[in-house]
Amino acid sequence: MNPALQGLVTIIIGVGGCIAYFYFSNQFLDKVLLPAKSKNAGRNINRANLIRPWLFLFPAIFALGLYLAYPVVATLWYSLTDRNQGGAFVGFANYQRMMAEPKFWEALRNNMLWLIIVPAASTAFGLLAAQLTDRIKWGAIAKSLIFMPMAISFVGASVIFKLIYDTRPVDQNQIGALNALWLQFDGGIGSFLILRLLPGALMISAAALALFLVYTNMQAIREKGAGAGSALRAVLIAVMAFVIYSTLGLAYGAFTNVHPYGEPQTWLTIPGWNSFLLMVVLIWIQTGFAMVILSAALRGIPEETIEAAIVDGANPFQVFFKIKMPQISGTIVVVWTTITLVVLKVFDIVFAMTNGQWETQVLANYMFDKLFRASDWGVGSASAMVIMLLVSPILVWNVYNARKEMR
Amino acid sequence: MDNIAGRTSALNWIVQISVVALVALWLFPTVGLLVSSFRTADQISGSGWWGALTASEQNLTLRTADPEDDGAQVLVNGVYTVQGQLFGEGSEAEISVWGTSSLRISEFAPGDTAELSDGETLTVQADGAYVWTSPEELSGRGQRIFVTATTPPEFTLQNYERVLFSGDSTDGMSRAFFNTLTVTIPATIIPIVIAAFAAYALAWMDFPGRALLIAAVVGLLVVPLQLALIPLLRLHLEIGIGKGYLGTWLAHTGFGLPLAIYLLRNYMVGLPRDIIENAKVDGATDFQIFTKIILPLSFPALASFAIFQFLWTWNDLLVAKVFLIDATGETTVMTNQIVELLGTRGGNWEILATAAFVSIAVPLVVFFAMQRYLVRGLLAGSVK
Repeated sequence: MNPALQGLVTIIIGVGGCIAYFYFSNQFLDKVLLPAKSKNAGRNINRANLIRPWLFLFPAIFALGLYLAYPVVATLWYSLTDRNQGGAFVGFANYQRMMAEPKFWEALRNNMLWLIIVPAASTAFGLLAAQLTDRIKWGAIAKSLIFMPMAISFVGASVIFKLIYDTRPVDQNQIGALNALWLQFDGGIGSFLILRLLPGALMISAAALALFLVYTNMQAIREKGAGAGSALRAVLIAVMAFVIYSTLGLAYGAFTNVHPYGEPQTWLTIPGWNSFLLMVVLIWIQTGFAMVILSAALRGIPEETIEAAIVDGANPFQVFFKIKMPQISGTIVVVWTTITLVVLKVFDIVFAMTNGQWETQVLANYMFDKLFRASDWGVGSASAMVIMLLVSPILVWNVYNARKEMR
Repeated sequence: MDNIAGRTSALNWIVQISVVALVALWLFPTVGLLVSSFRTADQISGSGWWGALTASEQNLTLRTADPEDDGAQVLVNGVYTVQGQLFGEGSEAEISVWGTSSLRISEFAPGDTAELSDGETLTVQADGAYVWTSPEELSGRGQRIFVTATTPPEFTLQNYERVLFSGDSTDGMSRAFFNTLTVTIPATIIPIVIAAFAAYALAWMDFPGRALLIAAVVGLLVVPLQLALIPLLRLHLEIGIGKGYLGTWLAHTGFGLPLAIYLLRNYMVGLPRDIIENAKVDGATDFQIFTKIILPLSFPALASFAIFQFLWTWNDLLVAKVFLIDATGETTVMTNQIVELLGTRGGNWEILATAAFVSIAVPLVVFFAMQRYLVRGLLAGSVK
């Protein structure tokens, strides 16, 4: 049968079946099982109303259970068994094998970099775009253009950026924008300003920001004493310490690295840089999302607070950092966690652009490699469980918030 | 609100310029792909796409007509002559210098006559018209001419013809396009129906365990679908669905449900209680309330989710690779086709760019047409 026809039939059967199920199960309940007639009418109506929610919920619960809840358990089980031994229980042997592989650690290290850089950069750009576009007349158009990459598939975006990173031999015209730009640098004063001073200054200011966060969090711990909040802050301080260490290292590198001026580079094969170039793709896509959410939050800020600040003589920067930022901090956390979830599952971009070669591996692609190329279900499932483990703090946090709201 | 102190003009220009720069930076990559998809392979490899919009100077190696072709060579006044035009019909290219040897490509100006060996002469005009004469009968291939020409911007639709209509199994996207459509439409509609009923129950019916179920939905919202791949593929193989459309539709339905239920429930809870209670007093059953009141009122939320699910299923690669595409490759989808093109035709940007743009075009149209609902859905899904 033609797949299009098959699709049409499935829509009709699927949708029709669902509606028929809901209609007839309700009819059956009301007319046959517990009719609202005779002397038991009152009791029957009450009983029917006890059952009815489950009729409405049954298909959804069934699908959720089968397609999301069951796989979590099953994957956990596969990660503890060996398929080649007929599914015998092997404890943590798969995890041990996985940890012995350098590729796994490379994937984990890259994932950590993605987790820090992509949400931070997307949120920062999104905030900047939201703040700027809210002030101008054609802001709506500008917003929808920056938001547009959200509609583009990761694969499409990969092609778009592969064209930008494209390399031609030295004697030909460069058709990749990055190489064309790169060849403009010749090691003169302009190159020093843009390639050394600018990134160096950026890295140093990022380190300063992280240092500031460490300082404020230490103050908070000292004031509030031990507790769950302090533990969280301690983790944040540890992460920030790592950020300071690595940004200072990068700043040093920015001033001392020797650049091969005048030679076109094959960007995606340079370890260290290529991961960042892949991250650019995701940042490009996610900035629009951050911008839309943060722009709504910025508009929700009560005007009186801003007017009061301006009357008191605050300049635009003070208004932004001292009045607006604290009021949208909750939304920033939501945006950050949402992008974090996307980053943890990122697969298509790495798969399409480098397939994990040249030290760009990430967990989701590592897992796909293990499952479908190496057919190693044990290690594949174990790495899937690592992704689940990384997601679970966000899961708990979301559920906690949802329950708090419902009360 | 920022301008109450009357200091807009100071910052206004900086803001305007920064926004222009930001938008340009964000558009640049996509525009590059779009422009490239309208250029020929030679043009793409000859210059960067940003040069396509202005007239560009190119060094070309061209050839006159072969003297041995029928009617190419005529005898005029006792001299064998080959006449013709170096560029195609309607070309507006203009030659600035030319030469007959690769070592001296700028030897002659347009209109000059070059003396070749054996008494042959060659004259080339600025518009590409040439006259090649010889006292003896000419043989072999046409004379090579090296020209430096300024060509005006030129765009072509032939990439799209090749990708969409050629029926070529490696480059052609038409089959993949319909396969993607076949995956997308049922995978968008079915979860909406299932989720709408469930959302109504979670929003407006009272039963024990409701709060727990809502918490479970919120929790499942973030479960990575990577976990589901192996257990479900095994399940599909065991119950006989195997790899194919049915399994893919079911998988997309399952993966889309948490967001659908969450979005729809949040929206339905906000509907006015009076309407529903009045309907109950008038004797409407839950089923009637749902179909006649709740569903029509929830249209914005339904549209939001439909767009999400459409974009997600259209752009998906992983689910299709695992649950749909079998060894024959008959059921390939566009994202997969493009990844394969990246492997086999990594350098053929005219094909890649066009194929990618074909797959991007539909979501972009949906995006711009229904942006309002998309934004609303995003806000309902994350801002609390």
